[in-house]
Amino acid sequence: MTLTPAEIIERFQKLLGEGLRNSRIVKRSEGKQTRESVQVWLTLDKSLLHSAVKQLADIHYPHLAVISGCDVGDVIELNYHFFIYYEVPNGEVNVTIKVLLPKTDLTVRTITDILPGALVSEREKQEFFGIKVIDIPDSRRLFLPEDFPEGVYPWRKDETGIPEDMVKKLYEVGKGECGMRKRDDNKQPGHEEKAP
Amino acid sequence: MNQSENKLKHNIKTVIGPNHPALKEPVKFIFEMEGEKICKVDIAPGHAHRGLEWMAWRRNCIQIIHLADRVCGICGVAHSMTFCRAVEQAAGIQVPPRADYLRTIYAELERMHSHLLWAGVAAMELGFDTLFYKAWEVREDVMDLLEYLSGNRVNYGVMQVGGMRRDITSDQIPRIKKSLKYYEDLFFQLADMFLEDSVIRMRCRDTGVLSKDMALKLSTVGPTIRSSGVAHDVRQDDPYCAYGDLDVKAMTPDMLGGEVHGDVFDRIIVRLLEVKQSVEIIRRSVDEMPGGEIITEKLMMVLLKNLKKAEGEGVGRHEAPRGEVFHYVKLKAGDESPEAWKVKASTYSNLMGWLEILKGEQIADIPIIIASLDPCISCMDRVAIVRKGKTNILTQLELRELSREKTRELRK
Repeated sequence: MTLTPAEIIERFQKLLGEGLRNSRIVKRSEGKQTRESVQVWLTLDKSLLHSAVKQLADIHYPHLAVISGCDVGDVIELNYHFFIYYEVPNGEVNVTIKVLLPKTDLTVRTITDILPGALVSEREKQEFFGIKVIDIPDSRRLFLPEDFPEGVYPWRKDETGIPEDMVKKLYEVGKGECGMRKRDDNKQPGHEEKAP
Repeated sequence: MNQSENKLKHNIKTVIGPNHPALKEPVKFIFEMEGEKICKVDIAPGHAHRGLEWMAWRRNCIQIIHLADRVCGICGVAHSMTFCRAVEQAAGIQVPPRADYLRTIYAELERMHSHLLWAGVAAMELGFDTLFYKAWEVREDVMDLLEYLSGNRVNYGVMQVGGMRRDITSDQIPRIKKSLKYYEDLFFQLADMFLEDSVIRMRCRDTGVLSKDMALKLSTVGPTIRSSGVAHDVRQDDPYCAYGDLDVKAMTPDMLGGEVHGDVFDRIIVRLLEVKQSVEIIRRSVDEMPGGEIITEKLMMVLLKNLKKAEGEGVGRHEAPRGEVFHYVKLKAGDESPEAWKVKASTYSNLMGWLEILKGEQIADIPIIIASLDPCISCMDRVAIVRKGKTNILTQLELRELSREKTRELRK
């Protein structure tokens, strides 16, 4: 049975009660016939994330597009972009679950036990936001290089973000013949070569 | 020493990469081999960083479109279009229907160009160089057509928030139709060469199998999930642009062979079917394209001012040639640049699929299996920050010099 967007929200309301802080339905349409595409946005307490995803999997096994995030001062927002009711023409519903992680407690429970495909996205959020995903099956870095400094998180906008001296400025690079430097030119003053 | 330790002793770790075994893009695979068989796979991306999101925080939305154009070398429309759609939702902008049709035409041309490129690469991996040249000959014509329409062979630069920057005029339509006819004729030749060849069938049938269950669990996208028998296509499930008007169907391998194997051969079938489908979509779009404006706000200064005032969140989604591309944009009133921008490329979602399908396969099949997912590392791997010019990591030039040095030493 396919639930309407309002019924989906009702289900979550029943399960989460007060924990469901905010919910809204967004409809967008494009093209000549303007068929509607439906989005459901939910904001939850972060402790309820796992049970909410479980509930979603009960409604229909979801497809996770990605977990996006944003550093908004004292909090880090995480958006879990799910899609349900795929394989049906014009039937898909986007369910975005937003959780807020205060910077004093940057932890969130993993959802990989329900959706193993979330691992890549969770590992990425760990290294880029400096959050801790509890019970993650593989907590190694993924996209950052091995020698990237610890405690620097590229998507943070506070003091743990990218320091100015790590940024390579385009106008300072590639001076010399055809933009290519010889090996010896890498040894510039102020940079001591360290053994790997 | 017990038996399991004894067994472990014979396993050999083989590292392939950071230069990609199939495509010339940097990603590192660590294979644990038991003889010729792969028993464990690990992947280490993170060799091609540009710090795109970081750059976006320092640019306005219109500048970012051109950054998004360059996320990928092949999907020049996918990322910029998805970004524009996300911004349009965040700022509440409605796109004129003609622009929706133009976007569809470009997106489908891009799909053909990408799938044909892939077909060529796959043929090359299998050692069929004639087929490789044939596929790229057709692709060359698609690129010429794209150049004819947009002015560029890659990085088309036609997208704008609220519409398109370039129209397709009525005198351009005969050329489009002529090319479509040419692709259709060549398509049957190509399909014949790929699907009727017994060697290709032997190499690809039941190689690199991804089951339907695993495909769903790992949230894979695009031709990868479709060839496992899941009719998941953003153009069908959640229509956008003109796709809602055109009734697009998701292509699954059972449409041709009657059954689903989820192997490399099925991925070839799905992509070939999609090339044909693209020709039909473009033909219908050109015929049914409505008239009128192609952009909501022509004056860029006004558009920038409106975007600066806008506040909200938006998501954009597009079925790129390799699968779903997803962008999330958050705008803050009073700020020219977005507060957040997340790019999710198709390969990002298919990453887990690689590890699954490579297990139990042979070394010699690695290139074609990896190529069968059509990975695009530059899309996926655009996440970290640009590092200092000087690190301990060897540059390609340095590596090449080292390798030459070694050859010289060996010659002595």
